[in-house]
Amino acid sequence: MAERRTIEVGALARVEGQGALHLTLEGDRVVELRLEIYEPPRFFEGFLRGRAARELPDLMARICGICPVAYQMSAVHAVESIFDVTIDPAVRQLRRLFTCGEWIESHLLHMFFLAAPDYLGLDDGIAVAKLHPVQVERALRLRKLGHRILALLGGRPVNPVGACIGGFARAPTRSEMASLESELVHAAGEAEACLRWIASLPIPSRPQEIELVSLRHPHEYPMNEGRLVSTRGLDVAVSEFDSAFVESQVPHSTALHCRRRDGGAYLVGPLARLALNAEHLTPAASAALETLRPRLPSFDPAASVLARGIEVLYACEEALRIARSYEPPAAPAASWTPCAGVGHGATEAPRGLLYVRVETDAAGDVVAIRIVPPTAQNQARIEDDLRLLAPRVLALSHDEARRSCESAIRDYDPCISCSTHFLTLEIERRIRSED
Amino acid sequence: MSTPGSAPRPRLAVHKFASCDGCQLQLLNLEDELLPLAERFEITHFLEASSRVLPGPWDVSLVEGSVTTAHDVERIGRIRDESALLIAIGACATAGGLQALRNRADVEAWKAHVYPQPRWLETLPTSTPISAHVKVDHEIQGCPVSGAQLLRVLLRLLLGTQPDLPGHSVCIECKRRGTICVLVTRRIPCLGPLTRAGCGALCPSIGRDCYGCFGPADDPNPEALALQLRMLGLPAADIARRFRGIYNAAAPFRRVAEALEREHG
Repeated sequence: MAERRTIEVGALARVEGQGALHLTLEGDRVVELRLEIYEPPRFFEGFLRGRAARELPDLMARICGICPVAYQMSAVHAVESIFDVTIDPAVRQLRRLFTCGEWIESHLLHMFFLAAPDYLGLDDGIAVAKLHPVQVERALRLRKLGHRILALLGGRPVNPVGACIGGFARAPTRSEMASLESELVHAAGEAEACLRWIASLPIPSRPQEIELVSLRHPHEYPMNEGRLVSTRGLDVAVSEFDSAFVESQVPHSTALHCRRRDGGAYLVGPLARLALNAEHLTPAASAALETLRPRLPSFDPAASVLARGIEVLYACEEALRIARSYEPPAAPAASWTPCAGVGHGATEAPRGLLYVRVETDAAGDVVAIRIVPPTAQNQARIEDDLRLLAPRVLALSHDEARRSCESAIRDYDPCISCSTHFLTLEIERRIRSED
Repeated sequence: MSTPGSAPRPRLAVHKFASCDGCQLQLLNLEDELLPLAERFEITHFLEASSRVLPGPWDVSLVEGSVTTAHDVERIGRIRDESALLIAIGACATAGGLQALRNRADVEAWKAHVYPQPRWLETLPTSTPISAHVKVDHEIQGCPVSGAQLLRVLLRLLLGTQPDLPGHSVCIECKRRGTICVLVTRRIPCLGPLTRAGCGALCPSIGRDCYGCFGPADDPNPEALALQLRMLGLPAADIARRFRGIYNAAAPFRRVAEALEREHG
């Protein structure tokens, strides 16, 4: 008789939001695996109905404290496609700058505070800082620059207030942008140093068969626009999201699972963006990528942390380019007239593709809205990853097995609050001999 | 006052209920103060930041998020029992948050709208603040709370004094920074006259309306502002919707929204 074991961990730390993992094995065969997300639902898709489209940037931001810009921008683009708003090219650049700020702050938080402790066998970023003060202080300095970008365009990093349909409430002045530019001059060097240090840590490796999905734009690394593409040949417009993906509910999660139409799990996020858009990286980011081959681009979720490092470097260079070439727009926001219609918006949140579908009435009020966050899309993929990992952790002690599973989940930088929901990881291991 | 090495540090916990994590993130966003703060307090429960999770009791518990499940009603009771000081942080913890919009809606219908299998969900019909369930020692307002205010409260606790957060409105902050009134000069429907200070008048400073994300100031007069907004030509339903925002369940905002909706029919 095969030995039956259940692995449980009390609570998954260092993720945004809370959930649980339940894993049962017979011998080395996984008989049950559930990534349990029981974050209480907040019903955004319910209470946003009847709100003015104008209000969406402020309200959508509240879905996630760590990637509010992506939520604002997906909704804004969906609404602008309905109202047929023409965006000033300078405003479009400011929106890219806004996203650069969010990528920098979110990725560095993950790299140094959520993931690095795993590679060093420590509990948290504060413990990392005690051993490696220079490294952590550098990351904090750079992260502060990310916040500085968000504050320039949005007033504050969490729930920024600057974005609106058509653009921004206010565009930075030339002198404000020049001051940011002076701070960005050394950012790429700092980002390179951050990446070099993270890459020197003992990061595990778990290459596997995965379909990677991201936006793809003909001329630039994707942020707010592009087509939905994958490493298995998917290539459709954002408005065709439903032709490629399907959401379903599972009993153990308050976040809907999103899969490909053929039932397969897929991965969104920095690993996917990099694999599908590496040719659009900036010079230093591109050179850094060369030094990381063959670990990147790859199909190894454990290498996601390195992809984040590349993207921080990219965002620093891109932000500097935008700051240098800045010409204030004629108006900070384009004017618009509400009308009835259906619009689709997709952005690349730090954690990956974020799709929003909005339907408005003639007054511009929201009739229906659907929000597909990156972590909802990665849930099924995380479960598949753990199914592959489980037999390999059997030989480890309980503590090591739990740490391996937790670390694998953290590779996805899951944001459970984002899914408007709660993740506590419980891996419990029980060894019960058969009677 | 405790200094590192001279006395036991106060034990600090951060607990999460239904929320976006943004308020606890404000603690992690204190780049310059985070490491010194971790020297002054012993952080023994902060799941978003650390795998080191110790049992209570705690000298200070910061609580983020609103109560929306039966399980969370029990959990906040246990946290209260184990916390010498309990501080509710942010709009969700102090007023139920944006998600308190469910309190006047048919939640069962929303469940059915969002989820194919609504019966798999366990959720209460309401989103309520921490103070609706247990005694709360202090509240820090804001969506998100201001990092500076959070830090100030923690430092005053270390000094053994009471928090001293402002009760005045955003208008005072505009005057202090020299921002010209957007309501008076540009007829922008700003909620600043009612809203508690703390953000630094962010929205008016970029030429837009304050939307009340720090909740009602002390002694607000929402009826008077509603009248002003009517005089700008805004329909009653639109004004009501503005009060049904981040702090929709806060009594002064709820009261005026209900009155406007009655009028609108």
